[in-house]
Amino acid sequence: MRRPAPRLRRVSVVGVLLRTPRGAAAATWLALLLVAAAVSRAWTPLDPFTTDPYSAWLPPSAAHLLGTDSVGRDIASYLLAASATTVVVAVCAGLVAVVVGLGLAALGSLTARWVRDGVAVLIDVLVAFPTILVAMALAAAFGGSLTVVVVATGVGYGVTIARVSRSEIRRVVREDYVTAARASGAGTAAVLRRHVLPNIAPVFVVQLSLAMATSILAEAGLSFLGYGASAETASWGRLLSDLQKFLGVHPWTVLGPGLAITLTVLALNLLGDAVRDAADPRLRTRSPGRGGTLPPEPRAPGPSPADPARSPAPEVTS
Amino acid sequence: MTLEIDHLTVTVGDRRVVDDLSLRLGPGERLGLIGESGSGKSMTTLAVLGLLPPGARATGSIRLDGREVTGLAERDLAPLRGAVVGTVFQDPRTSLDPVMTIGRQIAEPLHLHGRLSRREGRARAVAAAAEVGLPEPTTIVDRYPHQLSGGQRQRVVIATALIARPSVLLADEPTTALDVTTQAEVLALFRRLVDERGTSLLFVTHDLAVLSRVADDALVLSHGRVVERGPVTRLLRSPEHPVTRGLVEATRATTWRAS
Repeated sequence: MRRPAPRLRRVSVVGVLLRTPRGAAAATWLALLLVAAAVSRAWTPLDPFTTDPYSAWLPPSAAHLLGTDSVGRDIASYLLAASATTVVVAVCAGLVAVVVGLGLAALGSLTARWVRDGVAVLIDVLVAFPTILVAMALAAAFGGSLTVVVVATGVGYGVTIARVSRSEIRRVVREDYVTAARASGAGTAAVLRRHVLPNIAPVFVVQLSLAMATSILAEAGLSFLGYGASAETASWGRLLSDLQKFLGVHPWTVLGPGLAITLTVLALNLLGDAVRDAADPRLRTRSPGRGGTLPPEPRAPGPSPADPARSPAPEVTS
Repeated sequence: MTLEIDHLTVTVGDRRVVDDLSLRLGPGERLGLIGESGSGKSMTTLAVLGLLPPGARATGSIRLDGREVTGLAERDLAPLRGAVVGTVFQDPRTSLDPVMTIGRQIAEPLHLHGRLSRREGRARAVAAAAEVGLPEPTTIVDRYPHQLSGGQRQRVVIATALIARPSVLLADEPTTALDVTTQAEVLALFRRLVDERGTSLLFVTHDLAVLSRVADDALVLSHGRVVERGPVTRLLRSPEHPVTRGLVEATRATTWRAS
């Protein structure tokens, strides 16, 4: 009697994500990055900070996969070490952005009228400040550090997330299914967890991926300008700024850090889009062909018995 | 009495949308609430649930299973919703969460009112889906609302409303958004489930023909006031109030056109 129920071909979010080329490519690159960051903590081919004037500007070889820079550092090793910085910055900035964004969005949509209107104005004002400029100003005031980069881009993008999520939350809490859930006994917390979060997730995930991508760009940019990572922290932006002074003489060297930054930011953007598409069951579930999946019904309310051509598709039920 | 309403008045601003409404609903009884749109029918059900829109205020007394619910705080009211009173809303296209599977949707009241593993919830949802006549219950619980037809979706809503075995079922125009054939099936389903479980039914509609299939007695509402009450058959045969007469004529017109 108790045999496993025949299950519908159920496709997980991750499964769908990996099925699309862009999702798979983005996920692969980011997975490689994570592995590289983890490995670089314990091992790099050569010490990334050892300088050796006699091996400056060596071309790529077995010993130096990507060659060496002006002071003889191994570029490949340095890129690996710097990937850890990138991951830490992106993850921390993402976390800050989530907390700030969802917190402000909830305050701006679910509280008493005067609070939420106040928060809405605050969000609009904060959105007006360009994130990277604020980060530079903070770095100028408090000295450059990764903390400044994380806080500035996290808060900066958190505000953008708040603005988008706030209107999404307001849309969802007015939906009939939220009223229905409350009529089933759901309190505010249950409504938020069970209905609001899953329904705003697609928009939210895209914003989060943009926040992480921006934080990577901000870190690279600020480090390039000398406001970001300190000299003893490896950073793609810092390496790029070191190498670009010799761009006319050794143009190929900038390819390493340049591509690393570009590909990572691109991968984050693609992954965000892919997750958004995968999180929507209307896009995720294919019509199984058997057993009663029907074409979407017309939006027009009310039956029109006089006109059989316009009435909704017949039910498969008994 | 499972539902007693005494002198319920709902005001929005200084407009009275429900005016001094009283009704009694005993165990297993089926009562209709009928009126044109804007007559205060839906406001009455929302008042019972304590889910009136912001700006609307209810006075009077509403008792569910003998318990007074007017003036109850949200935290005391939420445990009653879904458990003591189940609700079926009008439009099955919008009253199901698009990103939640059918099974999780049906079992939601159980999860909200008690600890229950996902596995148990799924098993209960499968049983409930079979009971309301959904096809392939074991696979349909893993589907999403957009994969179901309107009639199937309304069956899901009904299964959800009844899964926690409430003593009162509120139905707010549950067949209005369905085509006529589906309407008849869903009405038969209502009758069967309510009879089997001895649930009291408060059925809100603007259609006397629909009402005659599920309810025994009815209140006729107009501009928030009860203008006539009595057995549905009597209302259909010899309506007294002009509003009732209008509703009966509308019914005849649609029945004639459909046949």
